[in-house]
Amino acid sequence: MPETTSLGSGGGSYWSVGDDIVDTAAPDGPIETRWDRRKFAAKLVNPANRRRHTVIVVGTGLAGGAAGATLAEQGYKVIQFCFQDSPRRAHSIAAQGGINAAKNYRNDGDSVYRLFYDTVKGGDFRARESNVYRLAQISTQIIDQCVAQGVPFAREYSGLLDTRSFGGVQVQRTFYARGQTGQQLLIGAYQALSRQIDAGGVEIHPRTEMLDLIVIDGRARGIVARDLVTGKITPYLADAVVLATGGYGNVFFLSTNAKGSNTTATWRAHRRGALFANPCYTQIHPTCIPRSGEYQGKLTLMSESLRNDGRIWVPKQKGDTRSPDQIPEAERDYYLERIYPAFGNLVPRDIASRAAKYQCDDGRGVGPGGLGVYLDFADAIKRLGEDKVREKYGNLFEMYDRITGENPYKVPMRIYPAVHYTMGGLWVDYDLQSSIPGMFVIGEANFSDHGANRLGASALMQGLADGYFVLPPMIGNYIASTKLGSVSLDDPTVTSVVGEVTGRLGRLLEINGDRTPDSFHRELGELIWDECGMGRTEAGLRKALARIPELREEFWRRVKVPGDSGELNQSLEKANRIADFLEFGELLCIDALHRAESCGGHFREESQTPDGEALRDDENFAYAAAWEYTGGAPVLHREPLQFDYVHLAQRNYS
Amino acid sequence: MNLTLRIWRQRGPEDRGAMVTYDLPDVSPDMSFLEMLDVLNERLILEGDDPVAFDHDCREGICGACGVVINGQAHGPMDRTTTCQLHMRSFNDGDVIDVEPWRAAAFPVVRDLVVDRSGFDRIIGAGGYISVVTGSAPEAHSTPVPKPVADAAFDNATCIGCGACVAACPNGSSMLFTSAKVTHLNLLPQGAPERESRVRGMVEAMDDEGFGGCTNTGECTVACPKGIPLTSIGNLNREFLRAVTRR
Repeated sequence: MPETTSLGSGGGSYWSVGDDIVDTAAPDGPIETRWDRRKFAAKLVNPANRRRHTVIVVGTGLAGGAAGATLAEQGYKVIQFCFQDSPRRAHSIAAQGGINAAKNYRNDGDSVYRLFYDTVKGGDFRARESNVYRLAQISTQIIDQCVAQGVPFAREYSGLLDTRSFGGVQVQRTFYARGQTGQQLLIGAYQALSRQIDAGGVEIHPRTEMLDLIVIDGRARGIVARDLVTGKITPYLADAVVLATGGYGNVFFLSTNAKGSNTTATWRAHRRGALFANPCYTQIHPTCIPRSGEYQGKLTLMSESLRNDGRIWVPKQKGDTRSPDQIPEAERDYYLERIYPAFGNLVPRDIASRAAKYQCDDGRGVGPGGLGVYLDFADAIKRLGEDKVREKYGNLFEMYDRITGENPYKVPMRIYPAVHYTMGGLWVDYDLQSSIPGMFVIGEANFSDHGANRLGASALMQGLADGYFVLPPMIGNYIASTKLGSVSLDDPTVTSVVGEVTGRLGRLLEINGDRTPDSFHRELGELIWDECGMGRTEAGLRKALARIPELREEFWRRVKVPGDSGELNQSLEKANRIADFLEFGELLCIDALHRAESCGGHFREESQTPDGEALRDDENFAYAAAWEYTGGAPVLHREPLQFDYVHLAQRNYS
Repeated sequence: MNLTLRIWRQRGPEDRGAMVTYDLPDVSPDMSFLEMLDVLNERLILEGDDPVAFDHDCREGICGACGVVINGQAHGPMDRTTTCQLHMRSFNDGDVIDVEPWRAAAFPVVRDLVVDRSGFDRIIGAGGYISVVTGSAPEAHSTPVPKPVADAAFDNATCIGCGACVAACPNGSSMLFTSAKVTHLNLLPQGAPERESRVRGMVEAMDDEGFGGCTNTGECTVACPKGIPLTSIGNLNREFLRAVTRR
């Protein structure tokens, strides 16, 4: 059965190299006008004809919700899916800190070009310049759109919008809604979507999960989905399919992702021919609440905005177990301020994470197991007063208190890095179209805008830019310029994909082994965190690549999934997703193994500067790695990246 | 800690359902309530029993998916805390804990602790938005919003739609949920043009969904994990009265 295929078994090589690829949709010429020219060149669908075209949108987060609302508003018929009980619960809701926009409201030297520059540099030169420029350009429009929708961004007493700064950046361009920015932006998109659902433009299927993609005559024409309440497997057909299904961070088991976030939609599309790009680019976020026990199933992030006023330190003395208030100033090491004086506590996420790891590896970590560093607000409270600190960060402090039982107004918080966001994803061209014509991928599910490291407050920006502004005209262009034949539910491809999906669920239920789905997920996650987390070595990755196929084989032999498929069965949902993580995890490690350079959050220990900073290898790796599924060893297609505007340079934040 | 759990088990909407008792030893006080249920479910799977179905996702108190009635209280004993943020340190060794789904006519049970809250989505669809065509919005600074107004709108916008207000209300009313949304949008200058149609549409939808009426009991605000105040309901009533008298 395909599920137990070992990608690298047999020969000594884990992959082969295929032809290079290029993004043929990207316009050239001056970067400032590329998006406008692309939009002008795009074909239009007459408003009266739009209602004759159906688009499937999978996912209802910032990207999917915004896309569904906008496409329906333009007159297309939208069929939309989410596995949650309501579109309002998509995981974008948990983003805390903010959303960047080059509004220059502070007059502190910000501009579209500077946001573009910061983002390319922050991504360690592994994103596409054209895409990033477009993102920076659209950022200003996003704020206008959201304000008009009633998103209650923080305001000054003047009634104008307030901003704050974020990691990796020296201007104040982050718009925020207390520590609940993602929630407020998502609710805005959800409300816009709800309006279209009520108006009949969007047919919504909550508690429904996409389990496979239907490709007919080389084009994406539909999906197969399971109603999670009744268990019914149904194919849905359309003129185009949009995946807005988020990231794959849960491959690590412990992450800040919502429990349900998974890679099934993107992995199944990959198996049907979509290239998967840069899967090893995962972002490790520096300010997470440390793990408290073996049973733990989910980590909680504290917004990076806390680093604006909080100071990060560890005791200078190794193994110092005194309580923080017993450690005098002179015996504390504010290591970020010491090593990176220009950015201090606001260095980018990969740098802050790695620095914390080094302190803990060196024995200066605090809290249980020594896996933590202090994030201290004592100075801020002295300087601003407790009330001001409460106004800025109150809900975050409350959240910390709930989880740890400690009051951060009195005791410094403890934080440790954790897996947060994934920059890799399905390969898309400038039009956000994947390598399967008719399948578009937006938001975190694609790979294009963040490079090897995502700067803070840029994920929300990408989700909304893709959903509200980039995808709709590009879908229109696809529909207007493609002759789409009709497809029917009795097409043999449809029947066969439905059969495969049903068969796979049946097999999972039949195994009736002696291990729970979670036990496999936990084991896979620990392996990948240890060998492909903050630090990676060739030996470690080879170890993981030897173990993953064994674990996968064991899964298909020993997993125990109770119940049946014709009902709400949360164990079955979980097991089916873990089966895909067990395949995807291998590709993630192969990608990490092949990329023998350090880059962004991807730190290859063999490739570092004498100071222990990440050492990029532009000579050999200035490309996006797009992997083709073969059933055996995957094929690597390289998309060379060109930097005409922001010149390749070693990142330096000191 | 050693605990005795009495959990509502119900296979489907047509099933009668009953409380079933489980003994759970070695519970760590650092576990969240849902992690405790995870541990129980791992055991049930290995023993060949059906695990307990419950809704959850973000597990950090913001998505609003989780929510069960614990010892008679929606989301359990802690103030302003969702079930996923509730930790076992709030309980004592030897406790007997009752766990039940939200109970309201408008929230039918799907399975065990999972209920159908889609009525909330339909209330939002009936006017809980500001109509703005993508890309047509005016420059953000062209509409200043006084900070106190923005803050009050925000306080209401923090509603996570978990449904605890409905579960806590003796009438199964969704007035707190609806009032939070109406207050958020109607306070803002952006929301003003649709102020009246919004409140009329949402109140009508609320009634159509079978949510009960409000008798000012106030249990909703006690159960609300986000602290939506009772004054929002007063505001909803004022907005509604204004809208119907202007019709």
